[in-house]
Amino acid sequence: MPDTILVVVEQREGKLNRVSWETITAGQAIAAATGWTLEAAVVGGTASTFAAEVAAKKVGKVYAVESPKLEPYTPDAFAAALKQLLTAKQPKLVLMPHTYQVRDFVPKLATAMGRAVISDCIGFKHENGKLVFTRQMFQGKLAADVSFNSDAPWFATFQNGAFRGDKAEDGASPAPIETVAADIADGVIRNKPQEAFKEAKQAVDLTQAEVIVAVGRGIKEQKNIEIAKQLADALGADLAASRPICDNGWLPMDRQIGSSGQTVAPKVYLALGISGAIQHIVGMKGSRTIIAVNKDSEAPIFEIADYAIIGNLFDIVPPLTEEVKKVKAELAK
Amino acid sequence: MKILVCMKQVPQKDAPLKLNETAAWIREDVSYEVNEPDAFALEEALRQREKHKGEVVVITSGPARAQQVLREALAKGADRAIHLEDNAFVGLDAFNTAKAFAAAIKDEQFDLIFTGLQSDDYGYAQTGVILAELLGWPHATIIMQIEKNDTGIRVKRELEAGFFQFVDMPLPAVLTIQSGINKLRYATLIGIKQAKNKPIRKVALAEVQSAIGENLQKIERLYVPQKTKKTEHIEGSPVEIAKKLVDKLRNELRVL
Repeated sequence: MPDTILVVVEQREGKLNRVSWETITAGQAIAAATGWTLEAAVVGGTASTFAAEVAAKKVGKVYAVESPKLEPYTPDAFAAALKQLLTAKQPKLVLMPHTYQVRDFVPKLATAMGRAVISDCIGFKHENGKLVFTRQMFQGKLAADVSFNSDAPWFATFQNGAFRGDKAEDGASPAPIETVAADIADGVIRNKPQEAFKEAKQAVDLTQAEVIVAVGRGIKEQKNIEIAKQLADALGADLAASRPICDNGWLPMDRQIGSSGQTVAPKVYLALGISGAIQHIVGMKGSRTIIAVNKDSEAPIFEIADYAIIGNLFDIVPPLTEEVKKVKAELAK
Repeated sequence: MKILVCMKQVPQKDAPLKLNETAAWIREDVSYEVNEPDAFALEEALRQREKHKGEVVVITSGPARAQQVLREALAKGADRAIHLEDNAFVGLDAFNTAKAFAAAIKDEQFDLIFTGLQSDDYGYAQTGVILAELLGWPHATIIMQIEKNDTGIRVKRELEAGFFQFVDMPLPAVLTIQSGINKLRYATLIGIKQAKNKPIRKVALAEVQSAIGENLQKIERLYVPQKTKKTEHIEGSPVEIAKKLVDKLRNELRVL
């Protein structure tokens, strides 16, 4: 029997999320490189209702892992259900998207099986028959190629945006679906989750913004936010921030960009004093043009910047604001 | 409540990193600081102790330099510290780090263990959850609020896309703490002075060696990421940069 790759997709509110398709694309790419078979699994209270959507993709088989105890999500139930599936099917490699939910249960699942997870990967390489996974380290300043040093199953999770979800290939015909009843004993689930909710109604929708001026730690003090605000006002842009700025209360949480905030794709994203930690990058790397101002020439933000200005934002931004105002005034004449 | 806080020393955010001769790790002659989410975890533990009494113990692993993280935590108010002291701990994967911690605390009885949600160096975001599984405890991740109640605790988990969720769970438990859950305190002068008399239990590698094994994942190589984007540098005086950039915003990017 050939080795198998199993992609565990994620559904939220009855819909498969975008990163799930990205992980299927990743699985298809690894299958093509290694010659291994690709299968998928959907996990939930009524997983079979989502299985057909996945079965339309180019995968050998889809497992619908079901139990009423899988709804709502708990790490105890998910780890128990998947451990049963993996023990029975023995895939070589298990892939999942690096979502908050997967982060919550996959280290537990792997530990329960005495295995490791290479988490938050951005790519893979298949070199001389050896599979290595690329992940960012030191907040994106360095990259590492990491290999497994254990027996199967191997677990890897892929970062949001690492692969193109729309590149997931369709199958010639729907893949067979096998419903697997997960046996989760009473007492296994210890956490009692309540309904998910949104804090205050999000007042600011940055997803539609054409131009965003975003500030990071480099702004140093709350009073300096004004410098960025003036540039944003001059440009007619929306003001946004990286997480530490909102954590400090210097700007409201609904202006936060990144994995715990909004995901944006404006025409122009102007990053002021933002180093470019992974958690921020995932929220804005889809921007059409990225302009970064940072005094640290090695800041990871420059890896994805179209225009780089290495310098102190306190020197750079005020004359920029003046120049924008000047040109706008001329255009208005 | 007796709370253990797992803390890590990581290179400073703006420290220039160079590869060492193995090209699988960095040269360690850089400045270090406490991993930021761990500082929030410590703060939360101190606040819980202020509300419910008890004890806050901090633990770290790493060479002698890592003791600085413990000293700072003691100065901020932690009661005592545990230091797994050996350079070998730096290279352990999350699985083995958690195993070493579990071995080092086997005679302790904690109600809660906190970790930061992830580290700024490896960024695996796994050690806390692995530790929970090794101890057989429940866990919850990316926590923004903790309230003790009669049956255990109610925590507020951060989900994606602006969603949150309350989760009720029994004790003992492991929680991974999100940055921004609270406002950090500074160490006071008196705190710094008192810290000198607080105990740090040193745990040698030999004491936990039997609990840990070979790393289950191996860093083959570390490197500066290849740029996928062509970046144009805009240089000159601030005024020149302003002119060049506005020209681009207007004529190339067409947003002015």
